[in-house]
Order: sequence, then structure tokens, then C-alpha cells
Amino acid sequence: MRAFAELLDRLSLTASRNAKLTLVRDYLRETPDPDRGWALAALTGDLTFDAAKPAFIRKAVEERMDPLLFRWSHDYVGDLAETVALVWPARPGANREPELSEVIDALRGATRAEVQRLIEGWLDAMQPTGRWALLKLMTGGLRVGVSSRLAKQAAADLGGVAINEVEEVWHALHPPYEDLFAWLEGRSDRPRPDSPGRFRPTMLAQAIDEAVDFGKLDPADYGAEWKWDGIRVQAVNEEGIRRLYTRNGDDISKTFPDVLEVLDFEGALDGELLVMGDDGVASFGDLQQRLNRKTVDAKLMARHPAGIRAYDLLAEAGEDTRTLSFRERRVRLEAFVGRLATPRIDLSPLQPFETWAELAALRAAPPPGDPQIAEGLMLKRWDSIYEAGRPKGPWFKWKRDPFLIDAVLMYAQRGHGKRSSFYSDYTFGVWTEVEGKRALTPVGKAYFGFTDEELKQIDKFVRDNTLERFGPVRSVKAEPHFGLVFEVAFEGLQRSTRHKSGVAMRFPRIHRIRWDKPAGEADELDTLERMLEQMEGR
Amino acid sequence: MIKPESLLRPTPAGLYCPPGDFYIDPTRPVDRAVVTHGHSDHARSGHGAVLATPETLAIMAERYGADFAAATEAAPYGRTVRRDEVEVTLVPAGHVLGSAQAVVQWKGLTMVVSGDYKRRRDPTCPPFEPVPCDVFITEATFGLPVFRHPPDSGEIARLLRSVAQFPERSHLVGAYALGKAQRVICLLREAGWDKTIYVHGTLERLNRLYQDHGIDLGPLAPATVATKQDFAGAIVIGPPSALQDRWSRRFPDPVQAFASGWMQVRARARQRGTELPLVISDHADWDELTATVDELRPGELWITHGREEALARWAQLHGIQARALALVGYDDDEEDG
Repeated sequence: MRAFAELLDRLSLTASRNAKLTLVRDYLRETPDPDRGWALAALTGDLTFDAAKPAFIRKAVEERMDPLLFRWSHDYVGDLAETVALVWPARPGANREPELSEVIDALRGATRAEVQRLIEGWLDAMQPTGRWALLKLMTGGLRVGVSSRLAKQAAADLGGVAINEVEEVWHALHPPYEDLFAWLEGRSDRPRPDSPGRFRPTMLAQAIDEAVDFGKLDPADYGAEWKWDGIRVQAVNEEGIRRLYTRNGDDISKTFPDVLEVLDFEGALDGELLVMGDDGVASFGDLQQRLNRKTVDAKLMARHPAGIRAYDLLAEAGEDTRTLSFRERRVRLEAFVGRLATPRIDLSPLQPFETWAELAALRAAPPPGDPQIAEGLMLKRWDSIYEAGRPKGPWFKWKRDPFLIDAVLMYAQRGHGKRSSFYSDYTFGVWTEVEGKRALTPVGKAYFGFTDEELKQIDKFVRDNTLERFGPVRSVKAEPHFGLVFEVAFEGLQRSTRHKSGVAMRFPRIHRIRWDKPAGEADELDTLERMLEQMEGR
Repeated sequence: MIKPESLLRPTPAGLYCPPGDFYIDPTRPVDRAVVTHGHSDHARSGHGAVLATPETLAIMAERYGADFAAATEAAPYGRTVRRDEVEVTLVPAGHVLGSAQAVVQWKGLTMVVSGDYKRRRDPTCPPFEPVPCDVFITEATFGLPVFRHPPDSGEIARLLRSVAQFPERSHLVGAYALGKAQRVICLLREAGWDKTIYVHGTLERLNRLYQDHGIDLGPLAPATVATKQDFAGAIVIGPPSALQDRWSRRFPDPVQAFASGWMQVRARARQRGTELPLVISDHADWDELTATVDELRPGELWITHGREEALARWAQLHGIQARALALVGYDDDEEDG
């Protein structure tokens, strides 16, 4: 358990993705079965406990120490698990530290009352970092900044295989994954992925380079459809096993019981998960209300009913259709969706076109209705098979041009890792009237879109023009006659009650730095309001 | 029985001893001072006469110049010095090189001013010496039960493991310039790290002073001349403030480490952007504070600075009369810890 605790400790303070991968991969390499498998399950979210409620932990510690000293400690540290891990007054004669697998085995066979005694005994035997990790595990939430995809990537790195290969077998495996590690370490064959209800690694598109690609591509080779603005999902029903996966293979079935209910078919669909209202597809903001929830209530489902707009057919009645061409799959998909009785699964319609210019016109001016909020267009080669990953050539995404505004830098925050000596996270604002005076109101925050050289220049500007410091944040001089203007690109706008300006940007980034532009000539909040009304009035 | 306040009393300038007419670690210039150790919040320049250990006087001269006080008197550990009616003896505090507790005796009353101290082994200074006393005047920088410093060998092992794990990156270790930096270097040597350790310019003079006092720091080099590539796989030590400054940009994708007792609390590490917190402290942790009080069982416990209320509470629960002096002017921030 000590190695696992050390791993979680490091992960919780590591920002860089590469460093996280190294930490997890090294742990998996150096830790024997079955401990590493349980650890992997804990990281991917396939192993969760709610063995200990915070109230129990508090009670256990207060039985051992002065409650007032505990309260002061808790006030100082903030986090309950961390406080208890640090202050825990161990009783003498404790056993040796348990291994992760011992913890898991013991919990499996224990009653509720026994569980609490077990936890106290383990806390006695462990060091603060171990206690912290144990309490995080027991209270069901590691929150160390590792996604299930990153953990799987680290496992794939261990074996030198592509992550798709791990993802495809993942749902046929069970913790502690001894068969997975045997394969990754070359000691056995790859586990068979063909269990019903499994996830199939997603095919992704390359961004098109307009200047280069169109000259080489023949419009007759490609079909086109809208790129819908929801989340990409895979919906499976095989032998009665119904599953809804994200494009990374995370199982989100529990969050969308309403979608699961309408999967009355035998096969696997690739599509876009959308909130489908009476008057068409709702915006991404509505879908966000439904994401990342462990449980859902009927009211929420009624207010934001979810459905699937189908792109592709991956399996039908036990047959793997991924090796068929897109043209053949499309014919099969149309028939497949046509047979379904539910309006909650529909077809993403193909957009006929003869020339690239014709398609460009469509992209520039989408017709009224749902296409108004599409992210852009997808191009798919008629003769391409469904291939995991992001192969170059068969699929292209052609996003709509981003929205652009000019905004003024207001606050800068120090970055993390490589950027920890740079002010690299920028909050920017636009002009508005506040009590009869023209003032800036923050409308977003961005931390990329500039080169390393530009970062140095902005960092210098921030240091030279600091007004105030608040911990890692500096406020920067921003007046009509002096300030730094960013041309900010973003994908969309939503109304927001959390932001003072009342709007929130989607995917904002720095598009250009306007050293030349006077701050007073940056955009007004009214401009954003008008954009928002346009988007809503589609 | 004489009241302890007749011998030592808190004043705005620090602890004052009327029958000996001197202050201990005064925070403003005074005529006569006893200085427990060389950290700048305890050892200030501009006093009339300073009594301290020879090592502490050397540190003050290095930091402030030879004329930091009008007169100085060196009192080696264990030698008793008279100040008017009062006898003063400096005994090891185990905090940094030259650090001492001041044992103050007058008319059969013994009061011990701990200065800053710790109880665990430190290769750069002799260990804390417990002195039985009527009143023990302790610091309480880490006077909360959450501060329980792990063995420093384990912390150094974590640093070396990270160096092995990320050979393409450099490891920047923030460490206070007096004491912590040299202790971390010694601990690295003990753990078998015999490569050159790179140091920030502000550490060089104090490193030399430690070496002159017979403390072997092994091969050191300034962290200035090499090209970026040379620092891959290297350990670099600098003052905490330099880590977040532009100085740190010369290193390839550095892992930011910080050696401090404050690193026990995750939020502190996160706030500073510290990727590898090393809980290595020159102060007593909660267990050391309470064990020391328990060992001495003084008639009264006075607490100078830090988290006084928690330690006072603990003492009261254990039948020891405690009093928080709430002295101001002693840094309670993360630069020193």
C-alpha cells in the first residue's frame, strides 16, 4: 500500500501529463500482481468504495484525541481525510502496513461494523501518506487528476502497445487484471475482446488543412455530414447487455438511463449524444446539465431529454461491420435506424455536394434549424473502413471559423510545471458601463494559443505592469489608454449566472496578440450580447 | 520564591531580563543582547553588545558585515557567562549551526529560552540538550498535531527516486539559505549522492562558512555557468523565493521540490506549485514539542511564537501551567521551517 500511497501523493501535485504517465507506468512496472491491478482499477474508477463515511472517521479520531485540538487541526488543514491522516494518534502494537490487495480482500468479507475496526487498525499501522491514501480510497474519491484514459495509456505504455488495443479489451477484463499484465509483459496472448456489450475503440478525424488538403482530394470520394455539438458516444446492446460509452471508453450508462432504455436493437452504434427538445437539438449548455452526474432524477431527464444522433454502425446482430466500407456501413445504418421505433435515436443526415466550393458555402451559412449550432462539417471517405485512432486521410473535420473578439488582459496567474515561473493563465475582459463609467468586466480565461516567445513577452508585460498581487495572481494595468489587447477566439457563448458579465465562452484561446491596438478600442460587452442573441435566435 | 517575571519578561522588543539588563533575540536594536541563533528574525544587526556562540557570531558577521554590533562576546556551548547578577549558559538547540538555548539562572531560579530547536539528528549541528528548569520558554512554529515530520532519510529517498525517474529533468530544491540548505546537502551525501550539487549564488557564502566549520558538503558548483542540457538529471538548491522567479527558467523542465515543515500540508504545496514536497524541518514537530515538555516537566511553560494556543491547550490537559507570550517579530512563514 505504501507504493500506491506514494503514487497518489505524487500524482496529486503533478500537473504535466507526461510526468503523470511516467509515474503510473513506473508504478505498474515495479509493483507485483495483484496490487498493481487493484491500483489500476482505483485509478480508472472501476473500483470504488464507500466503506467509511466522513462522520465515522471524525468520530474515530475524536475518541482518541482532544476534540478541540482536532478541530483546530481540521480548521488549519481544511480537508478531513488529510487532517485525520496527519493527526491520527496511533495505538502502540500496531500490525505491519497492509498491502493494497489485503485491504481489498478484507473489505470484501467484512460486515459494516467490522469494516470500521479494520480501518482503525490499518490507520494505526500506516504512515500519514498511507493513511491519506487509504481514507481517500475508503471514502470513494481519489481526485488526483488522473483520467481513466490516462491510466489506460500508462498501462499501454508499459506493454508498448497502442491504447486502442487496451481499450478494446478493457471491458472484457476485471480487476486485478492479471491477464492484462500477462499480455502487456509478453507472457501470454492478448485477452479476447469479444465479450458482449464491450466498447470498440473510436475512430477520430484529422482537422483539415484547407490550403493543402482540398487541392489533393476529390469531392466524389467523400461523404459529408454535420459535426454535431454534443458528446461522441457509442451505444451498445448485445445479448441484453446495454452500455453507453464516451469516445474514451468510459461507461456513462448510469448517467443516461433514458438513453439506455431506448436501445432496442442488437448491435453497436456510433453517434452524438445530444439533448433533444421539442424544437430540435438543444445547445451544449443543456447537455452539460446532464454530464458528470452519478445519479439522475426524473425531473432532470424530463427537462433535458437525451438522445443519439447516429453516425455509424459498428456491429449488427453479432456481426462486426467495422471492416465494411463507409458506403456499405451507411446503407446498413440507414436501414438499422429506420427500423427503430423511438424518436430518440435518429440519423445524422448526409449533405449532398458536388464541389468543395459548394460545401464551403454550406459551412459558412448553415440552414436554419439544428445545423445552426453544429460545430462544422465532417468528411468521410466512402471506401474507408472503421479504424481505431486518428488515421490520416479517411476522415476530416472541418470546423466552423471561431468567433473572434478583442479583449483586454486584466489578470494573470502563474502556470504549473514548466510554466511555473511564467504568468501564463490570462483573464481578459471587455468594456461595459458600470455606474455610468466605462469599465472592464471579465469574460473569460485562456492559457494557450501563443508561442513560447510570445509567452515571454506577455510575462514581461505582466511583471512590468502589475497593479496588485493576490498569491499566484497579479492584476495588470488595463485602462482605455494603456493595456494589452488579445484577439480571443472561441467556439460559442452561453449565458452564465456564475460570471459577473453574464456570459461564458466555450473553448476560448488567444488567437493573436494585438500589441498595436489601444485598449480603449477593444470590444464592448454589447458585442457579445448580440452574438449570443444570434446564436439563441437560430 | 521569586516570580519568573522578575527574571524574564516579554516586552515589545523581545524577552527582557531586568537583573541582567539584556534582551534575548531582540527584534529591535538594544544595548545588550543574547542571540540564540543566526536566522535573521532572531539575529539582527545594530545592537550595542551581543553574546552568542562563536558560530552564531561568525554567521552574523557573514550576513551583516564585521561591524554588525559595537561589541561581541563569544560563549561556547556550556561555558557560563555572568551578566550583572545573572548567569547565562548557552547549550545546543539542534536547530542550525551554532544554535543555542539560553539557560538563565538567578537566585536559584532556572529559566530556559529554547530559541528555535528540533530533537532529531542533524549532521550540521550538535543535538538539543535538555536542561531541567523551573520555566521552559519554547517556540511553537509547528504547534499543531498535524505537524509530524517523517524521518528525513525517507524524504531524501523520495527526492533521489524522482531524480532517477525523471533523468531528463532537473530537480530544484527550495531550502532556506542558513541551515536547511546545508543540511539537505549533507543528507544527500549520506544517502550516497556524490555528484556535484548546483547551488544558487545566495547560498555560496554560508556554504563556505559551514565548510570552514568542518562540515563536509562535497562537490558544489554555482548554478549559473552550465548550458541547459547540463542540468538534466542534476539537483539544484536555491532559496525558496528563487524557485518561482525567472532564475528557475535556465533549468530543463524542472521538478520543483521544497524542503520545509510546511510541506506537510498539501494545500501549502499546491499553492506554491511544488511538485515534490519534502517534509524536512529544522523546527520541532508536534511530537517533539510535546515530548520535550513532557521530558522536562517544567513548573511553567511559556510559549514565544507559532501556534501557541494548541500547545498551551495540550500542556493544560497534561497538568502543566502554560502561558502564551505571543511575541511578535519572529517569522512564522514558509521561508524558514
